[in-house]
Amino acid sequence: MNSDLLIQIYVFVLAVFVGFEVITKVPPTLHTPLMSGSNAISGITIVGALMAAGFTDLRLETLWGDLNITAVLGFLAIVFATINVVGGFMVTDRMLKMFKGK
Amino acid sequence: MEFLQEILIPVAYLLSAVLFIMGLKKLSHPKTAPAGNRTAAIGMLIAIIATLVYRDVIDYTLIIAGIIIGGAIGSYAAKKVEMTSMPQMVAIFNGFGGGASVLVATAEFYRLVSGVGQLPAFTMTTIGLSIIIGGITFTGSIVAFAKLQGIMRGAPILFRGQQVLNSLLLLGVLTLMVLAVLAGAEEGMYILGIITVALVLGYMFVIPIGGADMPVVISLLNSFSGIAAAATGFVLSNNALIISGSLVGASGIILTDIMCKGMNRTIWNVLFAGFGGEDLAPGEGGAAAAAKPVKSYEPEDTVVIFENASQVIVVPGYGMAVAQAQHAVHELEKVLEAKGVKVKYAVHPVAGRMPGHMNVLLAEANVPYDNLYDLDQINPEFEETQVALVIGANDVVNPAARHDKSSPIYGMPILDVDRAQTVFVLKRSMNPGFAGIENELFFNDNTIMLFGDAKDTVSKLVAELK
Repeated sequence: MNSDLLIQIYVFVLAVFVGFEVITKVPPTLHTPLMSGSNAISGITIVGALMAAGFTDLRLETLWGDLNITAVLGFLAIVFATINVVGGFMVTDRMLKMFKGK
Repeated sequence: MEFLQEILIPVAYLLSAVLFIMGLKKLSHPKTAPAGNRTAAIGMLIAIIATLVYRDVIDYTLIIAGIIIGGAIGSYAAKKVEMTSMPQMVAIFNGFGGGASVLVATAEFYRLVSGVGQLPAFTMTTIGLSIIIGGITFTGSIVAFAKLQGIMRGAPILFRGQQVLNSLLLLGVLTLMVLAVLAGAEEGMYILGIITVALVLGYMFVIPIGGADMPVVISLLNSFSGIAAAATGFVLSNNALIISGSLVGASGIILTDIMCKGMNRTIWNVLFAGFGGEDLAPGEGGAAAAAKPVKSYEPEDTVVIFENASQVIVVPGYGMAVAQAQHAVHELEKVLEAKGVKVKYAVHPVAGRMPGHMNVLLAEANVPYDNLYDLDQINPEFEETQVALVIGANDVVNPAARHDKSSPIYGMPILDVDRAQTVFVLKRSMNPGFAGIENELFFNDNTIMLFGDAKDTVSKLVAELK
């Protein structure tokens, strides 16, 4: 097992613990915004989508004949992930603005 | 340039992960929550910019097109969605997250295969997991969305051999993954197989789950979308994805656990029992009570009881959401408070179709969040309360859960509305709740039914009390 992978597993395990610590403090009244907000955060996959769509040797004329599969998959992934990110943060903001105290 | 690539970009990813954690931390109070959400959004922006300045980006056309299309759809949906439709919105967004993971992992697979030929076992395993979890999340969320939106019937879809078939599908997809890891150059065929079976599995996994169990399913799919993102992080060796995905995965698991406890059921029972579909024998108490008549009033008959009360506790349920009655309920609260009656709201963890569903609806109607109480906080107060007003809630107020061992919901924590002096139950008709269980509350001596559309009834109450 190489050390990079080991570090990734460390990061994963520690992040899960941080997640549990932070999320248990969210009150039930905010559980819906928590879901939509964390949904937006899971849109971080956009980082991978950008890499897939932009890092390959894409020439426009090949789009119709010789299909560039990674670019096409990356493009679809960007659309999906952007819906998640933009929609998620905006709808959470809309909801949170409605919560008012006395 | 070297410095940018090697140091600055990883640091930017770390910064965005820190901002996500700080943002979630601020969600611990409604006052700081809007700033928390913005903090997380800034974290996302930093991650996106950091990725775009990579020197490897050779073409921005598709990137810009994708962001414009996705951004337009996302912002339109976020602005237009009704608060009552929030569960289906979150469901479909979970699906997009899972779908993005499938696409990214598949793209990375093709990129690596064309570059290095055979993939190391670990890389192939993470690609497989990312596709399986993401694929299940994608189709599972679409089914959840369709059920909540009413495109598909909410009732469980059950057939003989269903669980055997699902087990075989799961076994099949895992076998394909092992074969892909061992295969070498022929991996491409297996990848398509894994994608297909994962998508079928997601569909099959949600169809047997009934509408009222949706809070659990949405929470679980929320968790899956995070775990899929984390798995994609392993595929790409990207810590930003690993951290963010784990945070979301943990969040979804916590919510799933809270929802299951709210129903006193295990996650396995929710996923595999097909609750609400089978013919459940009514509990003994329910059967005996069914023979008794119920008391039913018109709204105008209730005025004296409301006016003489010192405290009213409102118990909202999914019926309030369906009838869009939240604004009328807030009107009623104002009229009562003007008459010196104290009004509180009791929110059961599984009321509605997703965690916190009722709280958002009441916030939309300008009910201050300090007036909303959890199960544990409010239950001791019912004894000294004159009126409990149940609006479209059913199983969460069924006293059979406390004492009737033969009842399917025995042991579920409930709101003890029956201990109030008078219980008004707003309901469309005498149809039993999702589990087909008679609610003995309706037949109690201190219970009075107000039949009709919840919004109409509450509006009439407001008019009578004015």
